[in-house]
Amino acid sequence: MNWISNYVRPKINSLFSRREVPENLWTKCPECGTMLFHRELKDNLYVCPSCEHHMAISPRERFHEIFDGGIFTPVSVPDPIADPLQFRDQKRYPDRLKAAQKSTGETEAMLVAEGEMGRTPIVAAAQDFSFMGGSMSMYVGNAIIAAATRAVELKRPLILFSAAGGARMQEGILALMQMPRTTVALQMLKEAGLPYIVVLTHPTTGGVTASYAMLGDIHIAEPNALICFAGPRVIEQTIGEKLPDGFQRAEYLLDHGMLDRVTDRRKMRDELIAITRMLLGATPPVAGDLPAPAAEPDSDEKAAEKSAAKPEAKPGTGDKKDAPKAKSDPAKK
Amino acid sequence: MSQYLEFEKSLAEIEGKAEELRSLARKNEEMDVEDEAQALDKKAADLLVDLYANLTPWRKCQVARHPARPHSSDYIGKLFTEYTPLAGDRNFADDHAVMGGLARFDGQPVVVIGHEKGHDTKSRIERNFGMARPEGYRKAIRLLDLADRFGLPVITLVDTPGAYPGKGAEERGQSEAIARTTEKSLQIRVPVVSIVIGEGGSGGAVAFATADRVAMLEHSIYSVISPEGCASILWKDSEKMREAAEALRLTAQDLEKLGVIDLIIPEPVGGAHRNEDAAVEAVREAIAKMLGKLSKTAPDKLVEQRRKKFLGMGAKGLAA
Repeated sequence: MNWISNYVRPKINSLFSRREVPENLWTKCPECGTMLFHRELKDNLYVCPSCEHHMAISPRERFHEIFDGGIFTPVSVPDPIADPLQFRDQKRYPDRLKAAQKSTGETEAMLVAEGEMGRTPIVAAAQDFSFMGGSMSMYVGNAIIAAATRAVELKRPLILFSAAGGARMQEGILALMQMPRTTVALQMLKEAGLPYIVVLTHPTTGGVTASYAMLGDIHIAEPNALICFAGPRVIEQTIGEKLPDGFQRAEYLLDHGMLDRVTDRRKMRDELIAITRMLLGATPPVAGDLPAPAAEPDSDEKAAEKSAAKPEAKPGTGDKKDAPKAKSDPAKK
Repeated sequence: MSQYLEFEKSLAEIEGKAEELRSLARKNEEMDVEDEAQALDKKAADLLVDLYANLTPWRKCQVARHPARPHSSDYIGKLFTEYTPLAGDRNFADDHAVMGGLARFDGQPVVVIGHEKGHDTKSRIERNFGMARPEGYRKAIRLLDLADRFGLPVITLVDTPGAYPGKGAEERGQSEAIARTTEKSLQIRVPVVSIVIGEGGSGGAVAFATADRVAMLEHSIYSVISPEGCASILWKDSEKMREAAEALRLTAQDLEKLGVIDLIIPEPVGGAHRNEDAAVEAVREAIAKMLGKLSKTAPDKLVEQRRKKFLGMGAKGLAA
């Protein structure tokens, strides 16, 4: 499945479907207003080069970045029962779901994959804020259970990138039940002696923070990420006073002892490799001593990443240049 | 009964009339109004049965939040003997929104933990309207640990609008405290039974309702978000709480269908606040029933079953 779904399918898609032409080649940084060319922004992992503002990054692009050579195998997630409450507000829930699937090209708000990161086998899960606010649904619960189960099966650490507005209201109490559900999954992981690292990204709030995002062995956040239980607006309404600057932002939480680290996205991969390898009792990561591939002197990190994929006997690593590129296309199914 | 809910207006009128007649008769001895008054009483009683037979979800919310509804302190006072409150999280403070301690249930020592909303202005402020801060959850974690160490069953009473959304609560790790409480509840090797006695508000409630058996009083609610909050987000109009209450499936009846709770505890006619003693007895019976089965289960099995229960939750929808 790995080779077919990760390599062949995107390749065929890119040949036969219309070429992805970004509608807007320029993005304005919401923080400093700098106009950024899409390629530059992508190369910089969606971090504004002038003000270091961290913009949203999709799970697929995130995985492309953290896995060696951008190669990963999605872990399949069992589908939950559809629209369990037959929920309807101004729109029907299935319609909202379909709209989100169409706009993101993903099935749900979480993507799970296995692969190697700095030649350290891991399982990773990433939440997609652009999919209905990343909200915790039964599918998200299933995804975390699948991730933990797979990690236990393969004896690998689990790295989870959180981003969510909270529980998905349209699934009501069943969304809330993902708090204990995912906690059970993480306990299985912990009892197997495997590390669970949470990377909290902007924003991580509500029931997500109050369950799996705060139960990590290590908590790392991206700079300036909003991390909270109740959002600032709710608090201002409740207590009727203005909140201090930077309240509930990553740095504030670090100061208040809720996080281990705040780390720039561009340094995240190296840091995750170092931490997981230490927790696993593995040798230090190999960074620069592998033969670098042809002319890409931009960074050691990249060189290591590309060459790291080389010794793998896995199919799909044959064409390293194309594989990542093809995969970074939004999945067209 | 002094506090009528908005949908009980017609009932208030009838009961008011009966009361008026009787007070007239007391002043004027020649008047004989008893027949008439009794007819009104009968009418009121019938109406009460009618009103409560088919409460809409929004009305259930109102009943669940009724200021005179028995709270944890009322249940604890009547259900247990030797209740010995234990305080503090050993880190920062004692949260009065969470009460808990040792007690005896039917002679058996247990640990009891519950949200307490308070019953008048002063106690409501002291109890922070039942909205716990991290200290409350951390106190609960301590008590759960205590129960685990000494093999005491745990009984939790859930009654909170939600965890407190405040500056200090956030700074001291509200989310972490809730997450750890849920985690602890899933680890302890003693029976845990939980009863939603009023409002089960979101994450603040689930931390106390991660149990082997979860029961709800007939007119209590348990939801991911308050209907008002849901309405203002999804309908962009907080006045649409009736629709939201409907859509959220937050009643005990719907939750039982969804497999989220195990048992519905019947309330006296007109709700628990109309006959506190009857409500307490119904809760006593439910606890005895739930604990009875669990106390025969081996500790390892308990933990395994509890985890399995939550892992399997949501497998069937409402339609099933």
